[in-house]
Amino acid sequence: MQPKKLTPPNDDKRWRLVGATMRKHGFLPSALIETLHTVQEAFGYLDDQSLRWVALNLRVPLSRVYGVATFYNYFTLKPQGEHTCVVCLGTACYIKGAPDILEAIQAQEDIKPGETSADKKVSLLIARCIGACGLAPAVVYDGEVVGKLGPEQALARINAWRANKAEEVAHAAG
Amino acid sequence: MLLDDLHGIAKRERAEQARHEQHIVVCTGTACASARSAEVQAALEGGIKVRGLEKRCAVTPGGCRGLCAAGPLVTVQPQGTLYQGVHPEDAEAIIESLETGAVVERLHCHTDTPFFTRQQKVVLEQSGLLNPDRVEDYIAHGGYEALVHALTEMTPAQVLEEVVRSGLRGRGGGGYPTGLKWSTVAKAISDQKYVICNGDEGDPGAFMDRSVMESNPHRVLEGMLLAGYAVGASVGFIYVRAEYPLAVKRLEAAIKQAKKLGLLGANICNTPFSFEIEIRLGAGAFVCGEETALIASIEGERGQPRPRPPYPAESGLWGKPTLINNVETLANVPPILQRGGDWYARIGMDKSKGTKVFALTGRIVHTGLIEVPMGITLREIVYEIGGGIPDGKQFKAVQTGGPSGGCIPADQLDLPVTYESLASVGSIMGSGGMIVMDETSCMVDVAKYFMEFSMAESCGKCVPCRVGTAQMYQLLDRISKGEATLDDLALLEDLCDMVKHTSLCGLGQSAPNPVISTLKYFRDEYLAHIVERRCPAGVCKMSSPAHNGHVSELAHKEGVR
Repeated sequence: MQPKKLTPPNDDKRWRLVGATMRKHGFLPSALIETLHTVQEAFGYLDDQSLRWVALNLRVPLSRVYGVATFYNYFTLKPQGEHTCVVCLGTACYIKGAPDILEAIQAQEDIKPGETSADKKVSLLIARCIGACGLAPAVVYDGEVVGKLGPEQALARINAWRANKAEEVAHAAG
Repeated sequence: MLLDDLHGIAKRERAEQARHEQHIVVCTGTACASARSAEVQAALEGGIKVRGLEKRCAVTPGGCRGLCAAGPLVTVQPQGTLYQGVHPEDAEAIIESLETGAVVERLHCHTDTPFFTRQQKVVLEQSGLLNPDRVEDYIAHGGYEALVHALTEMTPAQVLEEVVRSGLRGRGGGGYPTGLKWSTVAKAISDQKYVICNGDEGDPGAFMDRSVMESNPHRVLEGMLLAGYAVGASVGFIYVRAEYPLAVKRLEAAIKQAKKLGLLGANICNTPFSFEIEIRLGAGAFVCGEETALIASIEGERGQPRPRPPYPAESGLWGKPTLINNVETLANVPPILQRGGDWYARIGMDKSKGTKVFALTGRIVHTGLIEVPMGITLREIVYEIGGGIPDGKQFKAVQTGGPSGGCIPADQLDLPVTYESLASVGSIMGSGGMIVMDETSCMVDVAKYFMEFSMAESCGKCVPCRVGTAQMYQLLDRISKGEATLDDLALLEDLCDMVKHTSLCGLGQSAPNPVISTLKYFRDEYLAHIVERRCPAGVCKMSSPAHNGHVSELAHKEGVR
């Protein structure tokens, strides 16, 4: 079967990356998870439009695409905040105080895991184990693993994100 | 590629390395990288340039040395001096020591301590010594020799025979004899067979496979190639967690390098043997560690297991015979071929041969990655290698096997570590997570933690696991809050038995293990929560006394029992 090339939903250049992944795998249905990884990497999350386009191209029922996207923890159907903060709840982190860190962040930002703060600044996520047990308890801030944290230090980092933004605003205004 | 070519590459690489008298190896594993080892490397490089020592001394990235809690780690070769907790400011002192020959005492990490001397390294023997980005360095350390030798001098049956003789068993947790698994796939008749490397290390508190993939990616590839040759497969998949970006990057680079040297691809070493390796990213589902679920995931489906038989060895990926081995299992194969199955079988005890890598974490002085011969006692691991419990606290239990394992109490510490002995006390070898807990951990809370995990990770396909884990979690939650009765405890025990024996796959069958083992050894803690509404470790928060109407009745019942 000749691989079909369906026109992307819009002229956003990021669709090319998604298309490239599908082409690499010969538009086979088994490329679904790899393709969803590419979509999430390019767009930050999986929205309706992208799920539909991937389903169409790989000739997989939309229900199955949705099933896979919601089965795996790594995929998210909601846009993330400007920064993400992933609290590791692996066993080593758990017994070394990760629940206190999580609680502190939840209380300060008034959000639950999987949610984004009201100002769209911070998304809070939890991980089963990031494999950085030697650094327990660990938190991943925007992809950077920071270990051996206490609740105050964990919050300081988030507060710094806000402070930087305030500085930028002040700078622009000034 | 022939053995002579390989030796040629090794010789050139060694000559290249000998151009520098000294090498400073900076650990770039995940733990050290988080402790800013890249900045340390930059500072060292900068310092060497300033002093004009580039000709004498080279700075290279290296893999994990194991002592993750003391990172960033820096090794000065050929002396082998290990420095811990190195900051960029310390670069100057280390460079100075190169010229004077004196050791920087304040950073010095003594390698004659039990943490290093009590270990026996097979899987991790090259980890930290070679540059994971260079295939040449791997070859200089004897890499790919086993493969080239096997392809040019041995038949697939002979390769298989060595693995059978070694007594190697699956390192992912199950402990199924690797040789037996291989021969089943080898016997299967099919036009296409697959080899899958299971790098979906999902147990919380385990990072052995991550370290192997990051520190020595070629070892994994070589193990897969040997497996492919022995069973007659031509395509391999490495299933890695998306949460391990560095491992993915290093494996991708390694595949490219191996292809370039003709060690991967068509007609390897001018033999009819061809083998391709592709990487597949996991997407965060614990159940995908189960082999049939993993296969479903590679096929692009939801990772739900299916009943066995047929086993993947007969009908696996796309219905073809498939060999699935864990990363650590495959990493054991090249040394077995190089030194012989008999050599490997001499390490270890009883039916557990060789060494095992453990991620030693939790309330322990030396957190990190260790490799020990099978048969070593838990006491040696915790008190000698691990350095005991910090802050003068009391040891309470060691947890092995993650959500599928159990908690082993202090009076079982002299137990030798083998597949059978760990199973006899209600735990499992598991993939290698070993979490030490002291008196500040509540065993009811730990059981609840693991049950929450199993409940959330249950794929939902079979009822005992989907519903059973949720019910058990709710019971544990009530116990931890002091709202439960002794009838609840009896119900919990019933459910443990039911879920264990009726679930479809390993996740459900082993999900009750943390509860069963803590009930067996720490029943008093459960009773303290239920009868006295008190958490002995002070971890669980009891609900308000409004729920407390049943206490006197409970005390009565317990008295009757």
